[in-house]
Amino acid sequence: MIISKKPVRSLTAILIGLISSVAMANPVEDTTHVKTETASHTEQVAHETANHETEAHTEKHEALSPKEKINEHIQHHLADSYDFTLYSDEEAGTHVGFPLPVILIDDGLKVFSASAFHHGETVANVDGAYYKLVHNKIYKTDAEGTLELDHHGHPTNEMPLNFSITKNVFSLLITSLLLFLMFTALARTYKKGPNNLPTGFSRVLEPLVLFVRDEIARPNIGEKKYKKFMPFLLTVFFLIWLLNLIGLTPLGINVTGNIAVTFCLAFVTLIITNFSANKDYWGHIFWMPGVPAPMKIILAPIEVLGIFTKPFSLMIRLFANITAGHAVMMGLLAIIFLFKNLLGTGGSIGVSLALTTFISLIELLVAFLQAFIFTMMSSLFIGMAVQEHDHHDDHH
Amino acid sequence: MGTIPNLVGAGLIVIGAGLGLGKIGGSAMDAIARQPEAAGKIQTAMIIIGALLEGLAFGALILGA
Repeated sequence: MIISKKPVRSLTAILIGLISSVAMANPVEDTTHVKTETASHTEQVAHETANHETEAHTEKHEALSPKEKINEHIQHHLADSYDFTLYSDEEAGTHVGFPLPVILIDDGLKVFSASAFHHGETVANVDGAYYKLVHNKIYKTDAEGTLELDHHGHPTNEMPLNFSITKNVFSLLITSLLLFLMFTALARTYKKGPNNLPTGFSRVLEPLVLFVRDEIARPNIGEKKYKKFMPFLLTVFFLIWLLNLIGLTPLGINVTGNIAVTFCLAFVTLIITNFSANKDYWGHIFWMPGVPAPMKIILAPIEVLGIFTKPFSLMIRLFANITAGHAVMMGLLAIIFLFKNLLGTGGSIGVSLALTTFISLIELLVAFLQAFIFTMMSSLFIGMAVQEHDHHDDHH
Repeated sequence: MGTIPNLVGAGLIVIGAGLGLGKIGGSAMDAIARQPEAAGKIQTAMIIIGALLEGLAFGALILGA
């Protein structure tokens, strides 16, 4: 490796790299940030006793510097929410967008619109029960909206069972519907006859389906067994791709950047891999053939761990890639506000626009690449599980 | 935000992953230059290893930072 040839240079490079990470760990702004947090927190607690939580909240909001405001906005964008906010006017306190239904199970089913929360500013009264939205979580409160905070500042109020159609759920439903419509049209053409050409939009989909079959499933799972897993691989591929693409629209949807979503996708891979596994797969895990007996004992726990780390890496990879992409894009948009004094309004917008366009194009590639990698890795894991023994020896 | 040891550890892992990705990319380029007709296969293998490394780096970032 290069390291061994130029030790001094690479050591300096590593040291320089480390300096930045140490300096990043505790910047000057960070300490002041903590100070304002505690100050506003005590203020909040003081107001809390007087039951004026809403006032304290708005006061805290006004006290934020542009940098903190941007941070808060990015955090808000990355999280799930109960409404689509397309535009909000901070000074007038108005939000333009549309609310989504909230579904709670708390002494029976309760369905109401998220507009009742007024973005967390008021307490929603539903059939005599009161709910309040705090940091995107719904708490049960009394009529004044009193919150009992623990010493971390988190409310300890009761949380009702929440089955709401949030932004992410809504996007998932829409995407599923789109996929269903797209692929039933494609399937219909094949049902008519084996030599029918697909028409319309299906003509775009056919090469993609063939791509998944010929480039992903066939080489990784094997000629004999790939057919059984095609439905799963196709679904996962197109679902992730479409969700990634929808995340690039200005609607502010971040479904594949939600760890619960990626967890479920990876969990399905884990289930399918292990339930379709053959004898050889388990043999290789618990009693690795061809190595000395002491090694077999050492290898078994590592291989058992490997069952879970493979889907875990799938989960983290998709989540982190999409979240990082969204955060970078929001950060580049924030250049408009941060460099306004330095570059002027026009200059900062120009710089931000150029960089955002550039990163958007990369994100378009990443949207496809992540769908491809997730499908590829899934088929690779499935392939390892269903491989026949003599094939296995050829590969190594 | 993580503590300083966490961040340094995450940084070290990312440096390692960066070196690894560079090595993979370089070797793939060499391989493609040597056998251009196998470019497709080499690319697929490169992406798989790249994705594995990336998963490691992101895992470190999320757990450490």
